[in-house]
Amino acid sequence: MSRLTLKTEGDTHVVVTRRFAAPPQAVFRAHTETQLIQKWMLGPDGWTMPVCINEPKPGGKIRYEWSDGKGGGFYLTGEFISLEPFRRIVHVERMHLPDPTPDNHVETVFEPDGEGTLMTMRMTLPDAETRSAMLATGMEHGMEASYQRLEETLKATGQSG
Amino acid sequence: MTRDLDAVFSALADPTRRAILARLALGEATVMELAEPFEMSQPAVSRHLKVLETAGLITRRVNGTKRPCRLAPEAIAEIDQWLNWMREALAKNYDRLDEVLAGMDQEKGKEKP
Repeated sequence: MSRLTLKTEGDTHVVVTRRFAAPPQAVFRAHTETQLIQKWMLGPDGWTMPVCINEPKPGGKIRYEWSDGKGGGFYLTGEFISLEPFRRIVHVERMHLPDPTPDNHVETVFEPDGEGTLMTMRMTLPDAETRSAMLATGMEHGMEASYQRLEETLKATGQSG
Repeated sequence: MTRDLDAVFSALADPTRRAILARLALGEATVMELAEPFEMSQPAVSRHLKVLETAGLITRRVNGTKRPCRLAPEAIAEIDQWLNWMREALAKNYDRLDEVLAGMDQEKGKEKP
């Protein structure tokens, strides 16, 4: 059951959509209340969010810190631009890896969909280069991780081939 | 095998070469097109491309006097893998959110205004 879509749009957008069984009010709360955010916005298995700051008002701060429990981790900071309760959130965010990435402008809309919610998250990067850099940063990390694993595997299996 | 791996490692060790791979993730490009955003001479870009080609990360074809480059299938697979990773991470998040939302629904009866 794949209810998530993630795709690029135009030169600078990445659009994510997802349906939820719960009404917009609940989904909106789960995006703005720290006790709820810390239960789900965790990424891959094994990760936690030890620090979660979320001030849901225009100009309010966002700071999420993730940890893999093995000394690894990274954090995200941002600010809210506008909030329409239970319907729409606009904010900017940047990852710190540890250098900050260019600002990612994110509009999240919660629309009633039957008894549930259709969420559309539209990310806008400053330009095409930044978007490709964002995707490439991930690629780079992914590649690095893959090659590190490969290197470890080669070490473990008894040196060079 | 060992030599190939070394080539891949050293190819990826350079930030300019990683940036070139990022640009090629958008599609095929010529040396001239690659030189422009990086403010590098074409011979300098060509040297980087040679390293990437030797490592098997890009392929080049002949088109008249030009030799446009593109990501090798292996490198494309890495990008797909990353997008899949991102999709998986998001999918996991939202699956957890489904449970959080279901929990909120059950609490509703107990909640006082």
